[in-house]
Amino acid sequence: MHEWALAEAIIDYVSKVLRERNAVKVKRLVLRIGKLQTIDKEILVFALNNLAKEYDISIDEIIMRDEEITLKCRKCLTQWTLSPSQLPEDIREAIHFVPEVVHSFTKCPKCGSRDFDIVSGRGLSIESIEVV
Amino acid sequence: MAKLEDIDPRVLVIKKRLKVVSEIIPVMSSKGGVGKTVIATTIALLLARKGVCVGLLDLDITNPSTHIVLGINPASIVPEEEKGVIPPRVHGIEYMTIAFYSKDNPLPLRGTEVDEAIKEILAITRWGRLDYLIIDTPPGLSDPVLDVLSYMDKISPVIVTTPSPLSLKSVERLLFMLTEAGITPKGLIENIANKPSERIIEITKKYNIQYLGNIPYIENLDIIITDPERLVKSDFAKKVDSIVSKLVEANK
Repeated sequence: MHEWALAEAIIDYVSKVLRERNAVKVKRLVLRIGKLQTIDKEILVFALNNLAKEYDISIDEIIMRDEEITLKCRKCLTQWTLSPSQLPEDIREAIHFVPEVVHSFTKCPKCGSRDFDIVSGRGLSIESIEVV
Repeated sequence: MAKLEDIDPRVLVIKKRLKVVSEIIPVMSSKGGVGKTVIATTIALLLARKGVCVGLLDLDITNPSTHIVLGINPASIVPEEEKGVIPPRVHGIEYMTIAFYSKDNPLPLRGTEVDEAIKEILAITRWGRLDYLIIDTPPGLSDPVLDVLSYMDKISPVIVTTPSPLSLKSVERLLFMLTEAGITPKGLIENIANKPSERIIEITKKYNIQYLGNIPYIENLDIIITDPERLVKSDFAKKVDSIVSKLVEANK
């Protein structure tokens, strides 16, 4: 349940925001979920709610926005996407933990280079946080 | 003050993950090929044999090699998940390497991606209570070294160098940078040196750090380098052990 580790990072951040803005609660937390990391949203929300309770933080609303995967080759500039569901399970799992290892298992479909950027859809990030 | 939106939430959790570690010892050298990996891994093996709680983290993201010295195949190990990742125990060492995930395949990465991978690993790895976390760092002064300096609160680096003129300049650059960052290294090891060299001793005096000892050139090291059982009994390990005693002594 590596989602817990990510949730912990988010909640640590949220409590810092509350402290620094002298706020009492989170009205809305918007998370971007990059598809490369194949995050289990149910587990993530469960972990976020549990940790929020533990930290005595109240969050009214958690919104999750999926972010599509875009990879861009640095050699020939081709852009492409990837379907993690089509990767073998052990590789999907490895990318789930450290998305950068996608470079070990994927190449540019046009020129075969492994020198590409993950332009979007890498993993979990905070889009915005509204506190009151 | 940085805007909160600029803060990567992982950086906050990294400090928490490392709170259980009494001392972080990155093994560093700006020059490649001076023996950082073998020294870092041997230090971890020897500490584990003394019954000390020790972790080993390989931060050479694009070219991890500590697993070769530990004699294991990282592709065959899947670290246990428990609210993060629990480092597998290898020869009594809590061990973490990206090779568990790259499965020892080539992993070409740009600098920002190396930084991303390091942040991810540090954020998800849940170390146990450790007396020492030994970190193998790659050569150069790029992302892994900067990450160690930026994301870790208290570090006591061990510097490795050889007597080669090519290493001398590198070691000075690194010491200059650490001094500037307000970091005091635990000391310096002179590797592949049959006797301590004056130039190196001069440098340690200049930067006011301990000369931990020299390790002579060892003929058959390559033969035993992948066999921890033989490695810990070797002349090389005897030399490293006397250095380890100094490292541990300094903390008493």
